[in-house]
Amino acid sequence: MEAKLKMAGKTLVVRLEGELDHHVVDGLRSRIDEKITVGKAENVLFNFQAVDFMDSSGLGMVLGRYKAVKERGGQVLACSLRPAVYRVFELSGLFSRIPVYSSEQEALKHV
Amino acid sequence: MDNYMKLEIPGKSQNEAFARVTVAAFAAQADPTIDEISDVKTAVSEAVTNAIIHGYENGPGNICITASLTGRRLEITVVDYGVGIEDIEQARQPLFTSKPELERSGMGFTIMENFMDEFSVESKPGQGTTVRMVKIFDGPPERNKA
Ligand SMILES: Nc1ncnc2c1ncn2[C@@H]1O[C@H](COP(=O)(O)OP(=O)(O)O)[C@@H](O)[C@H]1O
Ligand SMILES: [Mg+2]
Repeated sequence: MEAKLKMAGKTLVVRLEGELDHHVVDGLRSRIDEKITVGKAENVLFNFQAVDFMDSSGLGMVLGRYKAVKERGGQVLACSLRPAVYRVFELSGLFSRIPVYSSEQEALKHV
Repeated sequence: MDNYMKLEIPGKSQNEAFARVTVAAFAAQADPTIDEISDVKTAVSEAVTNAIIHGYENGPGNICITASLTGRRLEITVVDYGVGIEDIEQARQPLFTSKPELERSGMGFTIMENFMDEFSVESKPGQGTTVRMVKIFDGPPERNKA
């Protein structure tokens, strides 16, 4: 799993790449949380374009960031879901909490 | 075509990807669709991750994974010899997790149940847990697609 983090205004964009499972979420979580607490990122946008696998550990990491960001008045967004990731989102009812857009550009219009 | 595999690995998180990719590679001989193979990978990942995090509580212990193919029917078992589950009914509820402090989503069993055609859990507290899952590949074989 590779993840490139960059700021777009007050939104942290997390470009994920590869497989999002229990083995990789711990490292990723602390990198993102540092940007939220120290870096003052208000919103987090997860770009799933290059993610071909995600299980419920990935889900837990995304939901955890949703809670942390919401407490501070911000929002979590997602974009570019491929079918395997889409199905896990769908089954777990994540769509009702996290708005999903077709591209990073599109998502950034909504923060 | 009937075939069988058995894999034993220590419960280390870096083996999660190895386990699901190995079972997927074994299953490929039955010509599953891309969606079917993705379901199998996700379900195996959930079962193995549970053995590591819950069964062995991130400590040492081995996990045995078997897969057998009968025609296009794939049966998988994932076994650990860890702490076991007291209340299976409760554990299977969507969103139930005994480890919320680890940011678990409580969706592992729900995913296994939904992504596979058959799913069952057997467990004895103090002895371990066996998850058994079946996937029937009834989609059009990839190689026959235009
Ligand atoms: N192999 C196992 N050994 C012991 N307990 C388990 C095992 N698998 C699952 N459990 C129990 O069942 C609960 C639900 O599992 P699951 O649906 O995968 O959610 P999560 O892993 O997010 O907690 C776990 O929180 C745990 O208490
Ligand atoms: Mg789980």
